[in-house]
Amino acid sequence: MFQILPKINVDWMGIRKPLIAISIVVLLAGLSSAIGRQFTPGGTDAFNLGVDFQGGTVITAKFKQKPSVDDIRNALNGVGINEPIIQESTDKTDEILIKVPLIEGSTEATTEAETVNQVAAGRESVKNALNTFGAEAKPELALQDDANAAYKIVGTDSVGPVAGAQLRNQAVIATLLGMIGILLFIAFRYDWTYAAGAVIAVFHDVLITLAFFSIFQWEVSLTVLAAFLTLVGFSVNDSIVIFDRIRENLVAHRKDSLFKITNDSINQTLSRTIITAGLVIFSVLSLVLFGGEVLRSFSLALLVGLTLGCYSTIAIASPIAIWWQDKLGGADVKETLAPQRKEKMASAARRSVTRKPVTR
Amino acid sequence: MITLVITLLGIYLVFGPRRTPTGADFTWTGIKANLAENINLGLDLKGGSHLVMRVKTDEYLKTLTENSAQAAEMAAKDAQLPVTGSSVQAAGSTYSVTLNLGEGAQPAAVAEEVKKKVDFVNWSESTSANSITWTLPSTHQTLLKNQAVEQAMKIIESRINAFGVKEPTLQRHGAESSGQILLQMPGVDDPERVKKLIGDDAQLSLMKVVSPPSPSLATYPTEEAAKQSLGGAVPSNRRIFPYRERDSSATPGAPEPPTQFVVVEYPAVVDGSELRDASAVSRTGNEGDYQIAFSLKPSGAAKFGDWTSKNINNYMAVVLNNEAKSVAFIKSRIDDQGEISGTFTKATADDLALTLRSGALPAKIEYQEERTVGPSLGADSIQAGVTASVAGLIFIVAFMLIYYRGSGINAVIALVLNLLLTMAALIVFDSTLTLPGIAGLILGIGMAVDSNVLIFERMREELVAGKKVADAVQLGFDRAFVTIIDSHVTTILSAVILYLYGSGPIRGFAVTLILGLLINLFSAVFVSRTIFGWLLSRNPDMQKLSI
Repeated sequence: MFQILPKINVDWMGIRKPLIAISIVVLLAGLSSAIGRQFTPGGTDAFNLGVDFQGGTVITAKFKQKPSVDDIRNALNGVGINEPIIQESTDKTDEILIKVPLIEGSTEATTEAETVNQVAAGRESVKNALNTFGAEAKPELALQDDANAAYKIVGTDSVGPVAGAQLRNQAVIATLLGMIGILLFIAFRYDWTYAAGAVIAVFHDVLITLAFFSIFQWEVSLTVLAAFLTLVGFSVNDSIVIFDRIRENLVAHRKDSLFKITNDSINQTLSRTIITAGLVIFSVLSLVLFGGEVLRSFSLALLVGLTLGCYSTIAIASPIAIWWQDKLGGADVKETLAPQRKEKMASAARRSVTRKPVTR
Repeated sequence: MITLVITLLGIYLVFGPRRTPTGADFTWTGIKANLAENINLGLDLKGGSHLVMRVKTDEYLKTLTENSAQAAEMAAKDAQLPVTGSSVQAAGSTYSVTLNLGEGAQPAAVAEEVKKKVDFVNWSESTSANSITWTLPSTHQTLLKNQAVEQAMKIIESRINAFGVKEPTLQRHGAESSGQILLQMPGVDDPERVKKLIGDDAQLSLMKVVSPPSPSLATYPTEEAAKQSLGGAVPSNRRIFPYRERDSSATPGAPEPPTQFVVVEYPAVVDGSELRDASAVSRTGNEGDYQIAFSLKPSGAAKFGDWTSKNINNYMAVVLNNEAKSVAFIKSRIDDQGEISGTFTKATADDLALTLRSGALPAKIEYQEERTVGPSLGADSIQAGVTASVAGLIFIVAFMLIYYRGSGINAVIALVLNLLLTMAALIVFDSTLTLPGIAGLILGIGMAVDSNVLIFERMREELVAGKKVADAVQLGFDRAFVTIIDSHVTTILSAVILYLYGSGPIRGFAVTLILGLLINLFSAVFVSRTIFGWLLSRNPDMQKLSI
């Protein structure tokens, strides 16, 4: 039998404080990045929000002879687009992405005409600018089939401020509802303490992933949101696998302390955690590598989030669940092996088990 | 047995043609063609344009209120009732018309007279000694707004159909009160002309010009001068429009004459709703020299005929979108034919004629979202998605076979079956596969792998603990099953919420994820277990399991 982790016995609960400290440090780094960026005059925003959430236009153009980024910027400035973001595609050398931000202050009611402009004319004005490099290919022809053309706009994403706000609200509502749903389900299947542990772990994962997005200024778009919701699912999945084992071990080894049981449960499921996480992270990695520009930030979010997901189960979800159980039982957490405490801890834990007996 | 039937059904659904199979369907290209045909690809993969627009329903109600006020005042004045004027409130969610009464007016009598002419049926009425106010209740506001959106959709539909867009989808979008419409046009990668065509507001009206009779048309060099001729302010039955005189003999491209202004009588003699047909005609056959010929419906023609016969030698203006496109003096009675002259190109004349034919939009349209993907970009995305999936899948398969050996085969069968059945389910439910959908598929595979790993790890543990093979298999499935159910239900739960509250691309992701997970419960648990059961039934005293 070929095994990655033949026999492992790590005292996870013993090192929970350093682990939680690491999380807090990363969270603080993300928070200071977000706050720092927000309040640095002339700097970037806390998050690099995509056009989905703040409005704006993204044009993907394909060139026969790609002009330099500076030339394109000058051309765009020429038609009155002042702050374009020009991004070269990493995997296709003849394509560029041009991001035209929403006109400043157009969320105010005063400039309704301009916001209409955003979606109606975003493509038009970029087209005018690019026409200085030669004509666009005719709509019915591909770029290489039109001898007179220099470029072709192959993709447009244009979102007005109203739609942007709508998408943003929808996103937040969906995420929060998702978490509430998960909380209720785990509470129903296990216990409130476990539910709290799992949900705090999920919050932790999402927040740390957001921290990464702020620090590295990866773009937060609608698909990134889908990634967040997926990693919520995976993080909970990981927590459940361990909780399930804790529940099982509580029945099988009533004499052991809650701490030992938790440690054992984490260790017993560790090979599964590593194999699954490894395989899923690998498929996500193939998305990062081969999935193209459109899926890039989606796959990055998943890559970071999934890695965190299995870490947070060990470092966050279990300690919190156990700590809370322990509070209920009034036991002293530090003395793991104190015999006189055992009975109380076990009963506290058992209560949550017997409340929802496992049907086998 | 069940497994076999379902598998074959899945294979047929995914790869089979929707007709009697021929030999070509079993070649590689034939299979690929059928696959492409069976799966409903989203616009982001096959290319096309996705537009979200909003009908400005507030504006619609505002115009309606203003027109009602105008009509009410006129109705009262026509009946020689003492009315001093009207005012309109159209802000926030209050829409009301107030008619100010003069000395000695009887509110009830005025209200009755007005309501003969103006439709105030659904408005609530309140009277005081010197005014009558009609207010539109909020329930009726919602109703009217909805009607406006529905009407706009009909008009948009007729416009895009006439334009020749293939298989468009037109539907309400978002909350009902938002007045949003979603239009999807597969294969359209430059939606500019369609967008312009939909948003264009072509309001045609034929109006009487206030001027001495022919041959001395009264025009004014500025809007101010035109206003002065009316005593400094524009009364409610007059309008001022810009007018650019065109010499029909002028060569195209000659410098345009300066813009002048004309004063016309309001309301119009005939408006766009009386239009029967409009078409682009060429004057000289040159590009850029088109005009629009129109004809009127019988009702409009009768009205127009009467009016023209009474107004011979007076001037009439053809007003399009608040601009007098042409002014002509009436030589004789005209019944139903007319034309809008101007220097149109063939495309603009065609589009304008089309806009006129389809009728006027009830209110202006505002674009909120546009997503256009060219077919080449879509094809690139498919390529990228498939490459990523295949790379991930190959790695997973290789790992499972190396790590779990004999049982790995079992897992691989379950995985492939999962992928196949998920695609079959997409086809059965007629769901659309989008780019985030492909990501959902990949994550579904991830969960499927997890189920297998959970089961196998459990079996190994039981074997290490000294259980017999048959017992270990039994226990492995039983114990892992609880975990698998719990984890799947939580993920499905969040995916369902994503589906319910998410929008377009997120829904595509949620659908494939939900389907993938549901099918996984079948393939990873039931199918895999059946295979183990079959292996054990052939060799009940198996001492070593390849795992």
